[in-house]
Amino acid sequence: MGLFTELKDSISRATDRLFSEQEPKRIGIYGPPNAGKTTLANRIARDWTGDAIGTESHIPHETRRARRKENVEIERNGKTVTIDIVDTPGVTTKVDYEEFTDEMSKDDAVRRSREATEGVAEAMHWLREDVDGVIYVLDSAEDPITQVNTMLIGIIESRDLPVLIFANKIDLDESSVKRIAEAFPQHETVPLSAKEGENMDEVYDNIAEYFG
Amino acid sequence: MMPEATEKETPDGVQIDLISGQRMDELASMEKIRMILDGVHAGNIVILEEGLTPDEESKLIEVTMAEISPDEFNGIEIETYPRSASKDSSLLGRLMGNDGPPAKLTVIGPANQIETLHKDETLISALVSRN
Ligand SMILES: Nc1nc2c(ncn2[C@@H]2O[C@H](COP(=O)(O)OP(=O)(O)OP(=O)(O)O)[C@@H](O)[C@H]2O)c(=O)[nH]1
Ligand SMILES: [Mg+2]
Repeated sequence: MGLFTELKDSISRATDRLFSEQEPKRIGIYGPPNAGKTTLANRIARDWTGDAIGTESHIPHETRRARRKENVEIERNGKTVTIDIVDTPGVTTKVDYEEFTDEMSKDDAVRRSREATEGVAEAMHWLREDVDGVIYVLDSAEDPITQVNTMLIGIIESRDLPVLIFANKIDLDESSVKRIAEAFPQHETVPLSAKEGENMDEVYDNIAEYFG
Repeated sequence: MMPEATEKETPDGVQIDLISGQRMDELASMEKIRMILDGVHAGNIVILEEGLTPDEESKLIEVTMAEISPDEFNGIEIETYPRSASKDSSLLGRLMGNDGPPAKLTVIGPANQIETLHKDETLISALVSRN
Protein backbone atom coordinates (compact mmCIF):
# COMPACT_ATOMS: atom_id res chain seq x y z
CA MET A 1 0.00 0.00 0.00
CA GLY A 2 1.31 3.44 -0.88
CA LEU A 3 2.21 5.91 1.81
CA PHE A 4 -0.61 8.20 0.78
CA THR A 5 -3.29 5.52 0.87
CA GLU A 6 -1.94 4.33 4.17
CA LEU A 7 -2.11 7.84 5.56
CA LYS A 8 -5.60 8.33 4.20
CA ASP A 9 -6.65 5.04 5.71
CA SER A 10 -5.31 5.84 9.10
CA ILE A 11 -6.89 9.29 9.06
CA SER A 12 -10.21 7.83 8.09
CA ARG A 13 -9.86 5.18 10.78
CA ALA A 14 -9.18 7.88 13.32
CA THR A 15 -12.13 9.99 12.22
CA ASP A 16 -14.32 6.89 12.16
CA ARG A 17 -13.45 6.36 15.76
CA LEU A 18 -14.05 9.98 16.61
CA PHE A 19 -17.37 10.35 14.89
CA SER A 20 -19.04 7.02 15.12
CA GLU A 21 -19.72 5.58 18.52
CA GLN A 22 -20.86 2.48 16.70
CA GLU A 23 -17.37 1.60 15.45
CA PRO A 24 -16.70 -1.78 17.03
CA LYS A 25 -13.67 -2.07 19.27
CA ARG A 26 -11.08 -4.61 18.23
CA ILE A 27 -10.45 -6.97 21.07
CA GLY A 28 -7.30 -9.05 20.75
CA ILE A 29 -7.25 -12.46 22.39
CA TYR A 30 -3.70 -12.94 23.61
CA GLY A 31 -1.81 -15.41 25.73
CA PRO A 32 0.76 -18.18 25.60
CA PRO A 33 0.40 -21.08 23.14
CA ASN A 34 -2.24 -23.68 24.05
CA ALA A 35 -4.05 -21.52 26.63
CA GLY A 36 -7.37 -21.94 24.81
CA LYS A 37 -7.55 -18.66 22.89
CA THR A 38 -9.09 -20.14 19.76
CA THR A 39 -11.47 -22.30 21.80
CA LEU A 40 -12.65 -19.11 23.50
CA ALA A 41 -12.82 -17.11 20.25
CA ASN A 42 -14.85 -19.90 18.67
CA ARG A 43 -17.21 -20.09 21.61
CA ILE A 44 -17.82 -16.34 21.59
CA ALA A 45 -18.29 -16.32 17.81
CA ARG A 46 -20.59 -19.37 17.88
CA ASP A 47 -22.67 -17.97 20.73
CA TRP A 48 -23.31 -14.67 18.99
CA THR A 49 -22.83 -15.18 15.25
CA GLY A 50 -23.28 -18.90 14.71
CA ASP A 51 -19.90 -19.63 13.13
CA ALA A 52 -16.39 -20.35 14.28
CA ILE A 53 -13.07 -18.52 13.84
CA GLY A 54 -10.29 -21.09 13.67
CA THR A 55 -9.05 -24.57 14.51
CA GLU A 56 -8.22 -25.72 18.01
CA SER A 57 -5.51 -28.21 18.80
CA HIS A 58 -3.61 -29.74 21.68
CA ILE A 59 -0.43 -29.09 19.67
CA PRO A 60 0.93 -25.61 20.44
CA HIS A 61 1.05 -22.99 17.68
CA GLU A 62 -2.11 -24.18 16.00
CA THR A 63 -2.98 -20.55 15.28
CA ARG A 64 -0.23 -19.01 13.18
CA ARG A 65 -2.13 -16.13 11.60
CA ALA A 66 -4.18 -13.54 13.44
CA ARG A 67 -7.84 -14.05 12.55
CA ARG A 68 -10.55 -11.45 12.91
CA LYS A 69 -14.25 -11.95 13.34
CA GLU A 70 -16.06 -8.69 12.73
CA ASN A 71 -19.18 -7.26 14.29
CA VAL A 72 -19.82 -9.74 17.04
CA GLU A 73 -22.89 -8.36 18.79
CA ILE A 74 -23.09 -9.32 22.42
CA GLU A 75 -26.34 -8.61 24.26
CA ARG A 76 -26.25 -7.80 27.93
CA ASN A 77 -29.14 -6.43 30.00
CA GLY A 78 -31.02 -5.15 26.97
CA LYS A 79 -27.91 -3.39 25.61
CA THR A 80 -25.91 -4.51 22.61
CA VAL A 81 -22.13 -4.30 22.56
CA THR A 82 -20.43 -4.77 19.21
CA ILE A 83 -16.82 -5.91 19.05
CA ASP A 84 -14.39 -7.38 16.54
CA ILE A 85 -12.61 -10.41 17.93
CA VAL A 86 -9.01 -11.02 16.92
CA ASP A 87 -7.69 -14.49 17.70
CA THR A 88 -3.90 -14.27 17.78
CA PRO A 89 -1.07 -16.81 17.66
CA GLY A 90 0.26 -17.76 21.10
CA VAL A 91 3.25 -15.66 22.09
CA THR A 92 6.56 -17.18 23.10
CA THR A 93 10.27 -16.32 22.97
CA LYS A 94 11.34 -19.72 21.62
CA VAL A 95 10.17 -22.25 19.07
CA ASP A 96 11.80 -25.63 18.55
CA TYR A 97 10.46 -27.72 15.69
CA GLU A 98 11.58 -30.89 17.48
CA GLU A 99 8.68 -30.36 19.87
CA PHE A 100 6.33 -31.28 17.03
CA THR A 101 8.17 -34.18 15.42
CA ASP A 102 6.28 -36.76 17.52
CA GLU A 103 3.07 -35.55 15.95
CA MET A 104 4.13 -34.95 12.35
CA SER A 105 6.91 -35.36 9.82
CA LYS A 106 10.09 -33.32 10.14
CA ASP A 107 9.16 -31.21 7.12
CA ASP A 108 5.77 -30.39 8.59
CA ALA A 109 7.31 -29.67 11.98
CA VAL A 110 9.85 -27.30 10.44
CA ARG A 111 7.10 -25.59 8.46
CA ARG A 112 4.92 -25.33 11.56
CA SER A 113 7.72 -23.73 13.55
CA ARG A 114 8.53 -21.27 10.78
CA GLU A 115 4.89 -20.24 10.54
CA ALA A 116 4.72 -20.07 14.32
CA THR A 117 7.59 -17.58 14.49
CA GLU A 118 5.93 -15.42 11.85
CA GLY A 119 2.68 -15.71 13.76
CA VAL A 120 4.22 -14.52 17.01
CA ALA A 121 5.75 -11.51 15.25
CA GLU A 122 2.36 -10.80 13.71
CA ALA A 123 0.65 -11.02 17.10
CA MET A 124 3.13 -8.51 18.54
CA HIS A 125 2.47 -6.22 15.62
CA TRP A 126 -1.28 -6.30 16.16
CA LEU A 127 -0.70 -5.49 19.79
CA ARG A 128 1.32 -2.42 18.91
CA GLU A 129 -0.92 -1.15 16.14
CA ASP A 130 -4.32 -2.66 15.80
CA VAL A 131 -6.16 -3.62 18.96
CA ASP A 132 -8.27 -1.49 21.31
CA GLY A 133 -8.48 -3.94 24.16
CA VAL A 134 -7.08 -7.29 25.24
CA ILE A 135 -8.44 -10.51 26.65
CA TYR A 136 -5.43 -12.29 28.11
CA VAL A 137 -6.08 -16.03 28.28
CA LEU A 138 -4.18 -18.28 30.66
CA ASP A 139 -4.39 -22.00 31.32
CA SER A 140 -5.29 -21.94 35.01
CA ALA A 141 -3.77 -25.38 35.51
CA GLU A 142 -0.34 -23.89 34.86
CA ASP A 143 1.90 -21.48 36.71
CA PRO A 144 0.95 -17.98 35.49
CA ILE A 145 4.23 -16.38 36.51
CA THR A 146 6.27 -16.84 33.37
CA GLN A 147 8.46 -14.27 31.72
CA VAL A 148 6.27 -14.22 28.62
CA ASN A 149 3.15 -13.48 30.65
CA THR A 150 4.84 -10.81 32.72
CA MET A 151 6.37 -9.20 29.64
CA LEU A 152 3.19 -9.26 27.60
CA ILE A 153 1.04 -7.87 30.39
CA GLY A 154 3.68 -5.15 30.84
CA ILE A 155 3.56 -4.36 27.13
CA ILE A 156 -0.24 -4.23 27.20
CA GLU A 157 -0.20 -1.97 30.26
CA SER A 158 2.35 0.35 28.67
CA ARG A 159 -0.03 0.83 25.74
CA ASP A 160 -2.85 1.72 28.15
CA LEU A 161 -5.10 -0.93 26.68
CA PRO A 162 -8.00 -2.16 28.77
CA VAL A 163 -7.30 -5.78 29.69
CA LEU A 164 -9.23 -8.65 31.20
CA ILE A 165 -7.46 -11.78 32.37
CA PHE A 166 -9.29 -15.01 31.65
CA ALA A 167 -8.39 -17.98 33.83
CA ASN A 168 -9.32 -20.76 31.41
CA LYS A 169 -9.64 -24.53 31.88
CA ILE A 170 -11.30 -24.35 35.31
CA ASP A 171 -12.73 -27.80 34.50
CA LEU A 172 -9.29 -29.30 35.13
CA ASP A 173 -8.47 -30.65 38.59
CA GLU A 174 -5.16 -28.78 38.80
CA SER A 175 -6.82 -25.47 37.95
CA SER A 176 -6.14 -22.56 40.32
CA VAL A 177 -7.85 -19.24 39.61
CA LYS A 178 -6.46 -17.80 42.83
CA ARG A 179 -2.90 -18.29 41.59
CA ILE A 180 -3.70 -16.14 38.56
CA ALA A 181 -5.61 -13.48 40.50
CA GLU A 182 -2.68 -13.18 42.89
CA ALA A 183 -0.12 -13.00 40.09
CA PHE A 184 -1.91 -10.08 38.42
CA PRO A 185 -3.78 -8.30 41.21
CA GLN A 186 -3.95 -5.08 39.19
CA HIS A 187 -6.39 -6.67 36.73
CA GLU A 188 -9.78 -8.32 36.80
CA THR A 189 -9.53 -12.11 36.58
CA VAL A 190 -12.48 -14.02 35.16
CA PRO A 191 -12.63 -17.81 35.60
CA LEU A 192 -14.04 -19.93 32.80
CA SER A 193 -13.89 -23.10 30.81
CA ALA A 194 -14.00 -22.18 27.14
CA LYS A 195 -14.21 -25.84 26.23
CA GLU A 196 -17.08 -26.74 28.56
CA GLY A 197 -18.77 -23.35 28.37
CA GLU A 198 -18.59 -22.81 32.12
CA ASN A 199 -19.16 -19.33 33.55
CA MET A 200 -19.81 -17.72 30.16
CA ASP A 201 -22.42 -15.35 31.60
CA GLU A 202 -19.78 -13.69 33.74
CA VAL A 203 -17.45 -13.68 30.74
CA TYR A 204 -19.96 -11.75 28.63
CA ASP A 205 -20.88 -9.41 31.49
CA ASN A 206 -17.22 -8.49 31.80
CA ILE A 207 -16.65 -8.10 28.07
CA ALA A 208 -19.67 -5.78 27.85
CA GLU A 209 -18.54 -3.78 30.84
CA TYR A 210 -14.86 -3.44 29.85
CA PHE A 211 -15.09 -3.11 26.11
CA GLY A 212 -18.62 -1.77 25.56
CA MET B 1 33.69 2.43 18.09
CA MET B 2 31.27 1.12 20.63
CA PRO B 3 32.87 -0.35 23.71
CA GLU B 4 32.23 -4.04 24.18
CA ALA B 5 30.12 -5.43 26.94
CA THR B 6 32.08 -6.71 29.89
CA GLU B 7 32.76 -10.38 29.37
CA LYS B 8 33.22 -12.94 32.07
CA GLU B 9 33.44 -16.66 31.95
CA THR B 10 32.21 -19.15 34.49
CA PRO B 11 34.63 -21.97 35.28
CA ASP B 12 32.66 -24.45 33.18
CA GLY B 13 32.86 -22.23 30.14
CA VAL B 14 29.61 -20.27 29.95
CA GLN B 15 30.45 -16.78 28.85
CA ILE B 16 28.49 -13.98 30.42
CA ASP B 17 28.06 -10.56 28.85
CA LEU B 18 27.41 -7.96 31.50
CA ILE B 19 25.86 -4.82 30.14
CA SER B 20 25.73 -1.93 32.56
CA GLY B 21 22.87 0.53 32.78
CA GLN B 22 25.22 3.28 31.72
CA ARG B 23 26.21 1.34 28.62
CA MET B 24 22.56 0.66 27.80
CA ASP B 25 21.68 4.34 28.14
CA GLU B 26 24.06 5.15 25.30
CA LEU B 27 22.38 2.75 22.92
CA ALA B 28 19.33 3.14 20.71
CA SER B 29 16.65 0.48 21.17
CA MET B 30 17.67 -1.45 18.09
CA GLU B 31 21.32 -1.40 19.15
CA LYS B 32 20.39 -2.85 22.52
CA ILE B 33 18.43 -5.61 20.87
CA ARG B 34 21.28 -6.30 18.44
CA MET B 35 23.81 -6.45 21.24
CA ILE B 36 21.64 -8.86 23.22
CA LEU B 37 20.91 -11.14 20.31
CA ASP B 38 24.51 -11.13 19.07
CA GLY B 39 25.56 -12.29 22.52
CA VAL B 40 22.89 -14.97 22.63
CA HIS B 41 23.72 -16.17 19.11
CA ALA B 42 27.30 -16.61 20.27
CA GLY B 43 25.95 -18.88 23.00
CA ASN B 44 26.48 -16.38 25.80
CA ILE B 45 24.27 -15.43 28.69
CA VAL B 46 23.57 -11.71 28.59
CA ILE B 47 22.89 -9.87 31.82
CA LEU B 48 21.40 -6.39 31.68
CA GLU B 49 21.78 -4.23 34.71
CA GLU B 50 18.78 -2.25 33.59
CA GLY B 51 15.77 -3.94 32.10
CA LEU B 52 14.31 -3.15 28.70
CA THR B 53 11.26 -0.95 28.24
CA PRO B 54 8.01 -2.72 27.31
CA ASP B 55 8.42 -1.45 23.78
CA GLU B 56 11.94 -2.83 23.55
CA GLU B 57 10.76 -6.14 24.96
CA SER B 58 8.10 -6.27 22.30
CA LYS B 59 10.68 -5.64 19.57
CA LEU B 60 13.06 -8.14 21.12
CA ILE B 61 10.38 -10.81 20.78
CA GLU B 62 9.75 -9.84 17.15
CA VAL B 63 13.40 -9.80 16.14
CA THR B 64 14.02 -13.06 17.97
CA MET B 65 11.19 -14.67 16.03
CA ALA B 66 12.65 -13.45 12.76
CA GLU B 67 16.00 -15.03 13.60
CA ILE B 68 14.82 -18.46 14.71
CA SER B 69 16.06 -21.08 12.32
CA PRO B 70 15.72 -24.87 12.56
CA ASP B 71 18.76 -26.65 14.02
CA GLU B 72 20.54 -23.33 14.43
CA PHE B 73 18.71 -20.99 16.74
CA ASN B 74 15.62 -21.82 18.79
CA GLY B 75 15.11 -18.45 20.37
CA ILE B 76 15.74 -17.00 23.78
CA GLU B 77 14.82 -17.32 27.37
CA ILE B 78 14.51 -14.31 29.64
CA GLU B 79 14.38 -13.95 33.35
CA THR B 80 13.96 -10.80 35.34
CA TYR B 81 14.95 -10.27 38.90
CA PRO B 82 13.09 -7.33 40.38
CA ARG B 83 14.54 -5.10 43.03
CA SER B 84 13.88 -6.89 46.24
CA ALA B 85 15.75 -7.42 49.42
CA SER B 86 16.61 -10.91 48.33
CA LYS B 87 19.84 -12.57 49.30
CA ASP B 88 20.76 -12.36 45.65
CA SER B 89 20.98 -8.61 45.53
CA SER B 90 24.38 -8.36 47.11
CA LEU B 91 25.66 -10.96 44.68
CA LEU B 92 24.08 -9.16 41.76
CA GLY B 93 25.30 -5.83 43.04
CA ARG B 94 28.80 -7.18 43.19
CA LEU B 95 28.33 -8.77 39.82
CA MET B 96 27.69 -5.38 38.30
CA GLY B 97 30.29 -3.72 40.50
CA ASN B 98 27.71 -1.41 42.03
CA ASP B 99 26.94 -0.41 45.57
CA GLY B 100 23.19 -0.91 45.63
CA PRO B 101 21.09 -3.59 44.08
CA PRO B 102 20.02 -2.90 40.49
CA ALA B 103 16.41 -1.96 39.82
CA LYS B 104 15.62 -4.83 37.56
CA LEU B 105 18.21 -7.28 36.42
CA THR B 106 17.42 -9.05 33.18
CA VAL B 107 19.07 -12.30 32.23
CA ILE B 108 18.77 -13.44 28.63
CA GLY B 109 20.18 -16.61 27.18
CA PRO B 110 19.72 -19.09 24.36
CA ALA B 111 16.49 -21.09 24.74
CA ASN B 112 16.71 -23.83 27.36
CA GLN B 113 20.03 -22.67 28.78
CA ILE B 114 18.99 -20.46 31.64
CA GLU B 115 18.90 -23.63 33.71
CA THR B 116 22.64 -23.82 33.18
CA LEU B 117 22.90 -20.39 34.66
CA HIS B 118 20.89 -21.35 37.74
CA LYS B 119 23.13 -24.28 38.22
CA ASP B 120 26.06 -21.90 37.88
CA GLU B 121 24.84 -19.27 40.30
CA THR B 122 27.39 -20.20 42.92
CA LEU B 123 30.03 -20.38 40.23
CA ILE B 124 29.16 -16.88 39.11
CA SER B 125 29.30 -15.76 42.68
CA ALA B 126 32.74 -17.31 43.07
CA LEU B 127 33.86 -15.77 39.82
CA VAL B 128 32.70 -12.32 40.83
CA SER B 129 34.28 -12.41 44.24
CA ARG B 130 37.58 -13.33 42.56
CA ASN B 131 37.63 -9.97 40.80
N1 LIG C 1 -9.79 -28.92 29.69
C1 LIG C 1 -9.88 -27.85 28.91
N2 LIG C 1 -9.20 -27.79 27.76
C2 LIG C 1 -9.31 -26.68 26.99
C3 LIG C 1 -10.10 -25.58 27.38
N3 LIG C 1 -9.99 -24.62 26.43
C4 LIG C 1 -9.17 -25.14 25.48
N4 LIG C 1 -8.76 -26.38 25.81
C5 LIG C 1 -7.88 -27.29 25.05
O1 LIG C 1 -6.58 -26.73 25.02
C6 LIG C 1 -5.94 -27.02 23.76
C7 LIG C 1 -5.52 -25.74 23.11
O2 LIG C 1 -6.67 -24.99 22.75
P1 LIG C 1 -6.60 -23.86 21.64
O3 LIG C 1 -7.89 -23.12 21.71
O4 LIG C 1 -6.18 -24.42 20.33
O5 LIG C 1 -5.42 -22.99 22.26
P2 LIG C 1 -4.76 -21.65 21.67
O6 LIG C 1 -4.51 -20.77 22.86
O7 LIG C 1 -5.57 -21.09 20.58
O8 LIG C 1 -3.37 -22.22 21.14
P3 LIG C 1 -2.39 -21.63 19.96
O9 LIG C 1 -3.26 -21.23 18.82
O10 LIG C 1 -1.52 -22.78 19.66
O11 LIG C 1 -1.67 -20.50 20.58
C8 LIG C 1 -6.97 -27.79 22.95
O12 LIG C 1 -6.70 -29.18 23.09
C9 LIG C 1 -8.30 -27.42 23.61
O13 LIG C 1 -9.28 -28.41 23.47
C10 LIG C 1 -10.82 -25.65 28.63
O14 LIG C 1 -11.54 -24.75 29.04
N5 LIG C 1 -10.65 -26.81 29.34
MG1 LIG D 1 -5.18 -20.76 18.64
